[in-house]
Amino acid sequence: MFGLVHLVPGDPIRLALGTRFDQETYDALRARAGLDQPLVEQFFGWAGRALRGDLGVSFRTGETVTSLISERLPATLTLAVASILVALLIAVPLGTLSALRPRSVVDRVATVLSQIGISVPEFWMAIVLILVFAGTLGWLPSGGYVPLTEDPAGWAQRLLMPAVVTGVVSGSVITRFVRSSVLEALGADHVRTAQAKGLPARQVFTWHVLRNALLPLVTVTGVQLAYLLSGVVVVEIVFSWPGLGQLALQAVQSRDYPVLQGAILLFAVVFLLINLVVDLLYTAIDPRIRR
Amino acid sequence: MTGAPLPEPAASPTATDAGVPSTARPPRPRWRQTLGLLARNPTAAVAATVLLLIVLMAVFDESLAPSGPNEIAVEDRLQPPSPAHPFGTDDLGRDILSRVVLGAAVSLRVGFLAVAFALVVGALIGLLAGYYGRWVDDVLMRFMDVLFAFPAVLLAIAVLAVRGPGAGNTALAIGIVYIPVFARVTRASVLGVREEVYVRASRSVGASDFRLLTRHVLPNAAPPIIVQTSISLAFAVLAEAALSFLGLGTQPPNPSWGLMLAEGRGFIDLAWWLAFFPGMAIFLTVLCFNLLGDGLRDVLDPRQRTLMAGSGR
Repeated sequence: MFGLVHLVPGDPIRLALGTRFDQETYDALRARAGLDQPLVEQFFGWAGRALRGDLGVSFRTGETVTSLISERLPATLTLAVASILVALLIAVPLGTLSALRPRSVVDRVATVLSQIGISVPEFWMAIVLILVFAGTLGWLPSGGYVPLTEDPAGWAQRLLMPAVVTGVVSGSVITRFVRSSVLEALGADHVRTAQAKGLPARQVFTWHVLRNALLPLVTVTGVQLAYLLSGVVVVEIVFSWPGLGQLALQAVQSRDYPVLQGAILLFAVVFLLINLVVDLLYTAIDPRIRR
Repeated sequence: MTGAPLPEPAASPTATDAGVPSTARPPRPRWRQTLGLLARNPTAAVAATVLLLIVLMAVFDESLAPSGPNEIAVEDRLQPPSPAHPFGTDDLGRDILSRVVLGAAVSLRVGFLAVAFALVVGALIGLLAGYYGRWVDDVLMRFMDVLFAFPAVLLAIAVLAVRGPGAGNTALAIGIVYIPVFARVTRASVLGVREEVYVRASRSVGASDFRLLTRHVLPNAAPPIIVQTSISLAFAVLAEAALSFLGLGTQPPNPSWGLMLAEGRGFIDLAWWLAFFPGMAIFLTVLCFNLLGDGLRDVLDPRQRTLMAGSGR
């Protein structure tokens, strides 16, 4: 809760943004939005309303912030979930394989691939994919979003490229964690004991190695998911994906405080929720933590 | 991997004490040991060499570039790569190779400035928090947590929205985003060093806090910070490209790699080379900083090294 109070939309940002208004708009908006009141009062007023589900009205469009955000939420959630699936599909097999055979060809190839994945600019990969799959081959639409309920095939086609782009980048980060945590688990005493007992390799791996390697994996996946839910502005723009990142970018550019505050509050809540889920998963995976 | 090239034991027992090399063979300075080790890591050595070339290219940009970055030749516009224009030309007939070379200066300058800012401020905060502990630690690190909790891209965009676009502000924005990272790394490293015997010994003979911090704590806490610097440079170059791509960073007609990508995006069906080559330049630079960071970690942070190389325990 401490974090939430402090996170609430950026006193510093908000203060500083204020100086950029031109004077007339500034005064009018200040009065209307209650910005002429002391900051503390503004904050409590805003927080009180936010608790009742009222995030205010956009300066720019006049729509309520809650409706603006809920319009964007499905697209963002879809992309984030799809990306994290792509990421895990890449990272778990690749990381495990390279940990099982350290310094082998597979390991080296996996290391190089993950380095490339971390280093490649997302928006460049997006442009290259669009060029190849939407331009030259013409297999996929170059961008946009349609809801699943309206056109499942179109939804999947439009989701594929952005999900792959963000998934590859997140997957590269996760691969490295999987590799090092599996390696660490492999070296643990209980694994050696299990091997010495003559348990089949497969059983040792599933029950003794993988389970212990799961904790760091859950943590890093949580971090990546939080990032995907908040930070993929550039990819959203290249693929014309109507997500929260675009909304937040527009809000920053037009100094639309209520929208920006609402978006940042949402990111903070998402961040806390993901941390909570990660903690709960911890206790589910590792009985030692329950005590 | 072989171990550190320790000074060879002297042939005659001239060493005054166990482990202390003789005066005839002074131990190699630490930075030279590091360089030596780094040179044995082929990936890191190649990455460092390529980076050196890129930096040289950025320093001597004006004399290296085949033509002016903003030299417009409309009759040559959208030419595909050819001997005259190895990377082709853009929609105004400007030579892409020249713009990529000059873009290196812009991108690297912003990257270095940003990381230098984050490093100085972040390391100072981490040093104070880690060394003094208690309320100093609590206040500083909670503030860092708040900063850290903002989505990085949005934080940078917000800073740019306040300060206006441009190269200097982009560096500041990226720098602010990375302050918490350096603060955390430094604090963790300082906590590990603070209670070492040599620090306590020095304190017991009455050394001042300033002397302790600058002579003992900081030098010994430095390796993870150095590694972090290299990795942060990778992300700073990437972030500069992303912000310029969004139109918030470097402003036209200056050639920044991110901006060139954004400009090339509109011509992607007609002329792939407009976006391709600047993207390659970003990718190569970022990759090299990352590889160098990994190499440095292997050399400077042996605990991580066992973990990463999997040599077992």
